[in-house]
This record gives sequence, C-alpha cells and structure tokens, in this order.
Amino acid sequence: MSAPDDDVLLRLDGVVKHFPIRTGVFAGRSAGQVHAVDGVDLTVRRGETLGLVGETGCGKSTLARCITRLHDLTSGTVLFDGVDISRLSRRQLIPYRREMQMIFQDPFGSLNPHRRVGSIIGDPFAIHGIADGLLRRQRVRELMEKVGLNPEHYNRFPAEFSGGQRQRIGVARALALRPKLIVCDEPVSALDVSIQAQIINLLAELQDEFGLTYLFIAHDLSVVRHVSDRVAVMYLGKVVEVAPAEELFERPRHPYTVALLSAASVADPDVADRRERILLAGDVPSPVNPPSGCRFHPRCPKAQSRCEVEAPELVARVADTDDHPTACHFPVEPTDDLARAAVVPMRRATLFPGEQQRQ
Amino acid sequence: MRLLDVSDLAVSFPTSDGVVHAVRGISFAIDPGRTLGIVGESGSGKSVAALTLLGLSPGADVFGSAMFEGGNLLAMSDAELRGIRGARIAMVFQDPLSSLHPHYRVGWQIEEMIRAHRDVGRHAARRRTIELLGLVGIAQPHQRVDDYPHQFSGGMRQRAMIAMALAADPVLLIADEPTTALDATVQAQILDLLRRLQRELGTALIMISHDLGVIAEMADEVLVMYAGRAVEVADRRTAYYRPHHPYTLGLLDSMPSSLAVAGRLDGASTRLLRPIPGQPPSLINLPSGCAFHPRCRYAMDHCLVEDPPLRRAAGWLTHRSACWLPSDAVGVDPIAETKRWTVVKSGRTPAPPPTGSAA
Repeated sequence: MSAPDDDVLLRLDGVVKHFPIRTGVFAGRSAGQVHAVDGVDLTVRRGETLGLVGETGCGKSTLARCITRLHDLTSGTVLFDGVDISRLSRRQLIPYRREMQMIFQDPFGSLNPHRRVGSIIGDPFAIHGIADGLLRRQRVRELMEKVGLNPEHYNRFPAEFSGGQRQRIGVARALALRPKLIVCDEPVSALDVSIQAQIINLLAELQDEFGLTYLFIAHDLSVVRHVSDRVAVMYLGKVVEVAPAEELFERPRHPYTVALLSAASVADPDVADRRERILLAGDVPSPVNPPSGCRFHPRCPKAQSRCEVEAPELVARVADTDDHPTACHFPVEPTDDLARAAVVPMRRATLFPGEQQRQ
Repeated sequence: MRLLDVSDLAVSFPTSDGVVHAVRGISFAIDPGRTLGIVGESGSGKSVAALTLLGLSPGADVFGSAMFEGGNLLAMSDAELRGIRGARIAMVFQDPLSSLHPHYRVGWQIEEMIRAHRDVGRHAARRRTIELLGLVGIAQPHQRVDDYPHQFSGGMRQRAMIAMALAADPVLLIADEPTTALDATVQAQILDLLRRLQRELGTALIMISHDLGVIAEMADEVLVMYAGRAVEVADRRTAYYRPHHPYTLGLLDSMPSSLAVAGRLDGASTRLLRPIPGQPPSLINLPSGCAFHPRCRYAMDHCLVEDPPLRRAAGWLTHRSACWLPSDAVGVDPIAETKRWTVVKSGRTPAPPPTGSAA
C-alpha cells in the first residue's frame, strides 16, 4: 500500500494459519484443515490505531496471535519494524516480544488468580530481566498509578478487583516494557457500558503519552469507529476491505461491510426507525470448507457467476484511493440501493443536539 | 386492564456475607402487544426481577405483587405457576446452548414443551413443532427437526429457543439478553424475527438488555435500572432524547457519539468519551441516600441522606425519574444543564478549605 516503509511498523504479507483437524484415537489422522486465516496482507503504521472487525470465527483473534507469534504461521511473513519475525525461534523472539504486547478480552481469565497484582504487573520486568527488587516495585507502582489503579493495592489478588479494574491491570502489564505495538483483542467487550468508556479513554490517553500503535480488535462498530484511524474488515479468514475509519463508515464498498454496518444497533430511536436493514441470509459458512471464489458469494446480494469462480483481490477499485482497497468484483456504488442501508452506526451527539436536528 | 402489573417488587437473597438487595422496589406494567425494555448494567437486578416473576429465584425473599390475568404471580403455589410458566408467560435466555439439552433432538425438546402444556398426541405435536421451526425462520424444518443442538449454529439455536417459547402461544414473552451472545448480523436477524412475531401474534414482550442500541430498536417503553431500583421510566424517545436521571444521561454519554468522533478528527478534547466514574455499588452495603450519588456529578448534600422516590418528570405524563434534580431539567441541551447546575450549586455545602496534607 501507499505508506512509505519507515512509516510502517507492522507489515503482513500473505499470512496463512491453518489448523489441522485430527481424528482417531491417537489423533494421528488429519481430517482436513480449518482455514482460520487464509492469506492476509495488512500494514499498521506507526502511531495509528488500526481497527479490525469481523464476526465470530472470521479469524481476527487468530491473526492477532499470529502477529504476536503466539501461533506459528502456516505460511506468509510478519515484518515488525522491518524485521521478519515469522520464522524466528523462541529465543530469537525475546527482544521483539518486548516491543509488542497484548491485552485480552476476558479480564477474569487473563490474570492468574493466585498471584498478587503487583507481581503480575512486574512479570514483564522479571521475564526480560530489566528491573529488580525495589526498583521493580517502584516501576510497578508508577504503572498502577498511570492506569488509574491505587498503588497501595499492590499486594491484592485479582479477585479483589472489579472487571474494569482488572482490565486496567492487563493494560498496566502490557505497558510495562514501553512496547511499540499493543494488540488489543476485544479489550472492552466484557465490560459494562460506563466502564467501557473509562478503558477506551485510558487507552487513548496512553497512546498520546507514549506514542503507542494499536491493533484494536472488536465487534462493536461504534467503538471501533471511535478509536480507529483505519479499519480492516475480515470475513472467513480474509480481509475484504481496508479504509480510513471515516471513509469506511461513510462510503463502504464491500457488500459484507455494508451488511455489517446495517446490522449494528444504534442507541438512537429515530435512526433505528428510519434505517433500512440488509438481513444476510443464513450463517457464516464453515472455515473448514470455505466457499469457492469469493467467500462471501453465497450470502451476497450482489453476487454474480464470476464471484463463484474467481476470488477477488484486495486492491483499490475504480474511484477509490490507494488507501481504500476492497476485495470485491462488484463493489457497492453510492447509487446502489445497498448503499442506503449502510446507516452510520453512530449515536448523534448528546451535548447540544437541539430539537431541529431531530426533525 | 394491564396485562402484567408489577408493584413494589423487592427481592433479596440472604447470604453468609449479608443480605444482597438485588431488587429494591420496582413497579412497572405492560399492555398486550407492547414492548417494555429493561436496561441496566450487570448487577442492576434486571434479570433477577424477571426470573422472580416466574418463581425462578429460589432462596430469595420476595415482596410486592405482580398481577397477571387476575392472579398474583408472587403469591402463587408452584403448581399454579407451572400452569403459567411456559404456557402464558414464556422466557428466552441469553445462552441458547446451555438452555437446550445436548443429548436430545431439538424437535423432541420442542414437542415435549407442547405436550406439557397441551393435550395433543405425538404426531400433532411434531407437526406443530415443524410449523414453529418454519415460523422462526429455520430453513427445511422437516429435516432440521431431527438435528441435535450442536448441529445448529448460535443463531439457529436462539431461533429454536424462540420457537420453544412460542409453542404454547404465550401472551407475554420475556427475553433476557436474547442476542448478547450473537454476532451483529445474527442479532439483527433475531431482533427482526422478534418484531415480526410480535406483530403477527400480538405477544407482549419484556426485553432485558444492557445494550442501549437493542433497546432503542425494540422498546415502546424503557425502564432504566441501577442497583436494584428503577431510576427512570419513560417512553422510548423521551428516554433517549429527554432523559432526566443522571445515570441515564451518563449511560448515553459513555457511548461513542458523532460528537466524540468529530472531536477525534479535530484533535479536540471531546474526542474522549465521558464515562460514569467509579463502579456500581455492592448490593450488600449500599451507599446512603441515593445509591447513585457516589458516581453522580450532580450529587447534592440531600442525595446522601434521602433516597429519591420515582416521581414525575416534566414533559410527558408517563415520564418518571428517581432524582432530586428539578423535574423540568430534562434533556441534554445547555438549558437543562444550566438548570441542573443552578440547583446543584445551591444544594451543596461549600467544600472545606483544603488542609495541608491530603490523605
């Protein structure tokens, strides 16, 4: 894509991750492959937030784990800061692990319940042998303060914290080594609305302060729109559209993106009443036997015979700029009926809405 | 004559740590064919309230009354309740996988439900089951009726649960977070199904959700719960556009809005969301006075002393709110905000001068 190389922090080229399905008593026979991630090209620029959206099973979490090398890749390369980390051994990976960290969805499952919070947050220092003893304690306290936890709670156990506070612990742990990239896998999905906003604000403030780059995975489109500079949409292991956030929401090109936008609920009764919906038929097909050609074609309202045969490439289509590629033979035009259904999933401002805005 | 009229419902659970005041006196009513949306965060008591109506909260101390078709649900014997539960009032739960028995065919489970409430033979029940599966939009119901739950996708399972709930033609359907476990496009399908069924069958619906978007789409009337109390009751548009209670205002403000997105693009301070500070209180040790006061930006001296009753707010007849702010301070416009702050300033004792060493 268009970004110059030194601007790019992370570049994925043809990333593939297949999981073998094994059957039989000794799990020896392979009965096929789950095509979890099936050829993803993506770049993440320094200091930006790239939102990654898609439904359950589209491969977004698997992709995140490929990037951080929690999974080994089946094929493809991951260039982090100009270095191919996709074939590095565990030992060789250690310096890069300092620079990329993860925040997970479940603030209950991602913290060891038997360990004190201070030592959980101090783990990165211990693993990488950075700060010891009193100095480590000092650093951990600073981190706790930074993420809005009371440093006096250093010796408490995770169970003594609420969901939102636990997510803050996860953020502190990710922040400890001053990484360049933080992969946030559904960081606010498990939290209540009022707490969600606290964590989203915290992530924004930390990004400003430390110049962090985020890969932000979520399924809540209004949250993604709020946090992202650019957004990538995934469907069945492939990226189907990438665009600057505002453009993706205002002028989506892939029919799946349109369907996703039109399905999102909006906390605004008038918008909810007026909008048209595209209800996709059926369910997401199995990633074991993905459909031929374009994977979306069995559910796509615009599908033609070409879509069954030829998989579309992720490239900028006619009338689009380079930073807005779409993997579709027949992208949605602004004049299409379909385009009207892509109502922006965004509540109107509450600060000074005024009556005239409501018609 | 209201279909269901609940007044002063209170539910508490004695535990070894103390009494958990899950629901602390809520009243609401619903008419045939209407939808009541109950919205609140985890622990606000919305599910407990619904379960208690059907006698599904064992071990709880229950007070109040719930008049339904001439009888008080809360005073009925188990045998009487069995005649109503499933038959007259049915329920759909959040997690369709754990609500279906994995060892029995989906069709068999629905047939059993029909035969429990109707004096019909196996063949008639099966015919009705196939008809119901078709009604809720399951393709090829003749074949799918013999599937096991694991052969259904998440969306199909929830459709099957809805079919089961409708099996005995209930007049009231209680849906407790029916789409929370589902993806956005599947959620849109299920909400659409519920609306269609309601239109065709005239069933009244109580929709419980933490998602303000879902409630904005579904509800005629909205009841906002906080710490076991109804803090605001209003018709849908009033709740979203002219809310009175600071908690409702706070919930709406916590969500990403067009204003926050615009602020983000301009780098303005409005790019940050405005979360409700702090966390929901413990239901064992509730704060004095109004349970929301520790998180309320408008809290006045009086709020610490006396819990405000649910009283009329200006504007709409049915609009009620449990807050000491002036009843005409509704909405999110600057005029309402000014009204609120004028009262708040006079309602607060001036803060004592700061002492040298803060704790």
